[in-house]
Amino acid sequence: MAYLSLAIWVPVVFGAILLALGRDDNAGMVRWLALVGAVVSFLITLPLVTGFDVASAAMQFQENLPWIERFNVRYHLGVDGISVWFVLLTAFITIIVVISAWEVITERVHQYMGAFLILSGLMVGVFSAVDGLLFYVFFEATLIPMYIIIGIWGGPRRVYAAFKFFLYTLAGSLLMLIALIYLYYKSGGSFDILTWHKLPLAAMPQAMLFFAFFAAFAVKVPMWPVHTWLPDAHVEAPTGGSVVLAAIMLKLGAYGFLRFSLPIVPDAAHTYAPFIITISLIAVIYIGLVALVQNDMKKLVAYSSIAHMGFVTLGFFIFSELGISGGLVQMISHGFVSGAMFLSIGVLYDRVHSREIASYGGVVNTMPKFAAFAVFFGMANCGLPGTAGFIGEWMVILGAVKYNFWIGLLAATALIFGAAYTLWMIKRVYFGDVANDHVRELTDINSREFLMLALLAIATLAMGLYPKPFTDVMHTSVVELIRHVGVSKL
Amino acid sequence: MNAMNWLAVYPEILLLVMACVVALVDLYVTCPRRTPTYLLTLASLAAVGAMHLFYFNGGYTHYAMNRMVVTDPMGHLLALFACLAVFVTLVYSRPYAESRDILKGELFSLSLLSLLGMCIMLSGNNFLVLYLGLEVMSLSLYALVALRRDHAGATEAAMKYFVLGAIASGFLLYGMSMMYGATGSLDLGKVFEAIGKGDVNRQVLVFGVVFIVSGLAFKFGAVPFHMWVPDVYQGAPTAATLLIASAPKIAAFGMTIRVLVEGLLGLAVDWQQMLVVLSVCSLVVGNLAAIAQTNLKRMLAYSTIAQMGFMMLGLVSGVVNGNTLSAANAYSSAMFYMITYVVTTLGTFGLIMLMARQGFESEEISDFAGLNQRSPQLAAIMGIFMFSLAGIPPTVGFYAKLSVLQALISTNDTFYLVLAIFAVVLSLIGAFYYLRIVKVMYFDKATDTQPIVAEGGARAVLSLNGAAVLVLGILPGGLMAMCAQAIVKALAT
Repeated sequence: MAYLSLAIWVPVVFGAILLALGRDDNAGMVRWLALVGAVVSFLITLPLVTGFDVASAAMQFQENLPWIERFNVRYHLGVDGISVWFVLLTAFITIIVVISAWEVITERVHQYMGAFLILSGLMVGVFSAVDGLLFYVFFEATLIPMYIIIGIWGGPRRVYAAFKFFLYTLAGSLLMLIALIYLYYKSGGSFDILTWHKLPLAAMPQAMLFFAFFAAFAVKVPMWPVHTWLPDAHVEAPTGGSVVLAAIMLKLGAYGFLRFSLPIVPDAAHTYAPFIITISLIAVIYIGLVALVQNDMKKLVAYSSIAHMGFVTLGFFIFSELGISGGLVQMISHGFVSGAMFLSIGVLYDRVHSREIASYGGVVNTMPKFAAFAVFFGMANCGLPGTAGFIGEWMVILGAVKYNFWIGLLAATALIFGAAYTLWMIKRVYFGDVANDHVRELTDINSREFLMLALLAIATLAMGLYPKPFTDVMHTSVVELIRHVGVSKL
Repeated sequence: MNAMNWLAVYPEILLLVMACVVALVDLYVTCPRRTPTYLLTLASLAAVGAMHLFYFNGGYTHYAMNRMVVTDPMGHLLALFACLAVFVTLVYSRPYAESRDILKGELFSLSLLSLLGMCIMLSGNNFLVLYLGLEVMSLSLYALVALRRDHAGATEAAMKYFVLGAIASGFLLYGMSMMYGATGSLDLGKVFEAIGKGDVNRQVLVFGVVFIVSGLAFKFGAVPFHMWVPDVYQGAPTAATLLIASAPKIAAFGMTIRVLVEGLLGLAVDWQQMLVVLSVCSLVVGNLAAIAQTNLKRMLAYSTIAQMGFMMLGLVSGVVNGNTLSAANAYSSAMFYMITYVVTTLGTFGLIMLMARQGFESEEISDFAGLNQRSPQLAAIMGIFMFSLAGIPPTVGFYAKLSVLQALISTNDTFYLVLAIFAVVLSLIGAFYYLRIVKVMYFDKATDTQPIVAEGGARAVLSLNGAAVLVLGILPGGLMAMCAQAIVKALAT
């Protein structure tokens, strides 16, 4: 069975059907169809994990067909231990997004749902492409639905945010396109990523390729100092858009580092590792401090995302199993936790229409069930043991301490800052006395909101208490990657 | 095979006959919608297109009319797309022309005549034949722009187009005369041989090349020969704009390959330098000036300039350090770029015409505000075109840019690598103004709430056009292979 193709194209086809059939007067049917599409797409991805051979580092569930014969581009799909969880994560988050939009989006529902389903398929495509050009096509194509989503359903400055998002990402990825074409010629006419992994390259081309890839992926992650698009995009995007951005789109960049930068240009990766580690630490510490002073909840979580992604890139560039596995675990857990944080903000915003921390206070008095979830996700965000947030950070810090004590120490300060900005926000929003009439009139979450938060809470808790299934699947591929990166290509 | 070889020029003969027949038949048509004329024209175009497709599939290269014309797969493939472009243009134009009182027999017979000129440009094997083809095309187009003669803007545009076009033709003819003076022949093959031998005065040749390239650059609208493009695009009735913006670009491309590659490849070092300057200037001026436009037709004019600059980058990477190994790759990438660009352009102007109605041109960018609320289908189609022009996958525009970039990088030369990076940076700037159209359509509120009345036929063809841009973007391999095959055959002779 071509599970990967189905995982890509089933949501895209559902999305296309929604766009074609949907009208403003059949929104109810559209919502259910979107939910069916999202659930079916998720079910299709399950065999990828149940049938996954954890002992093999090779690409699995491969499909390899000629696509553009003139340039020897192939429709080559496959997943290994590094990418398989992200396919599931993408499909899972899409279900949550569809549920989260249920009553909230009332205008042009079919376009909203259609855009998210298509986006979901395209992102699965990014994670499962083994052909460089195929990867690029999916990587770029994701910009179109997200641009539309931010622009139509976003906040007051949505146009600015949508343009900034699109042009920033495009700028980075165009340089990557040149790198891909260069590799195509260097490898004697192949776009196959696995061939590129084995391609010997001199120091100078490696450095140039490294920075071309860096341009694309650092913008996407985003790393300091090219992170400025993210707070804008997050703040202006509708709740679903923020969730997908934080939970999955940022991971595309981090995933790119593992699939391209490290294995294709290992020597350059080693040479410039101190540079990456430095800017990762800046992201962790400086952006953590920036998060502390935000008045807007969404902005705060956006900066928190940048800081958490700094952890991921830090883990990748210390070249140890703890670091890379830790980074990957952190990516997945951040997918759950940041998604849930944005959903929580969305729950409040739908009721009060404000994202300012100052507009709230004492929410726990009127929304006890919701506050329980929010506090739980806040704890996960600052890395409380027992939640998913802890595992990844702990592994990365451990790896960093082994690599260099001082780097480990600096990275560990993130736990303090993370706790500070998250808990302080929670204190101001949820605890204390009821601050104003808006908060007094709040009604607690309904069963739909309960469902979506509960799903994420279960995932966060499961991963925090028993991360073994996740790390087991990654283990062989990560070990192979580290072995590969350790061998010089010069 | 006899020297005349009439078989090779059957499509052109048919076109000429039908242009006359259409002009005559129209005299007896009383129907205000000109249905008989319209259908007869479309049938002729379909027949000519089918003949070109048949010849292309044959894959042979023949000379005819005593080596005056050549028939090869490249010429037929380009002619096929030119026929298609004129066909689609007429389908889009009919409702528009009707409401502006320019739906006359002249519109149809002049369109056919301009196509005849294009076909001659695509198959000429002799400087004079090429020049005649160019003039047949240009004169028909001048008249078409002026078709709406009581409209001040259109008349001004026609005047400008005619005067500047005549100067460019003069340049071209002057350059050709120098070639003739230097080599003693007007036959492209003989010129090629004479230059190859190396006993021709190079100074005269290079001087001639300068004039020829200037003349061709005018037809592409490359900077600094671009002055006419924005004014003519904006001033002409949109139907004429579309006719100028689509098929003639294909013809100019074919002529460029015939003259510069088949005739003057020996001077590639010289004309490549010129084209590099032209394309760099076009990319800069086109992309930057497009940002400032508020009129959609004018913006698309500057966008054309930029796109032509990008396309010419494909032409400049054919000969590297005297080595022609990468020539087929380079020219076929430019050809692919050109064809896909024309397919996309047809749709954008088609949509502008579809949106227009009696007394309302719908050519300001703000006229598209909130199109998504008024017609999600049209907004989606326009969105596809804009993303394609910006070069975002999965639309065909991405593969066009990709193939030109890979041609540049395949040379393995730092200069070309820098050109590629430069082109990429400017296409990033270009993405901004294409995205702005999407923004206006999707993010802004509709100011105009009148329903869009679009004729069924034009609407259906527009949907097909949008689908073509998307499908070619998902499966571009076939057309790429056809271009490659056509160029390889053209270079082999």
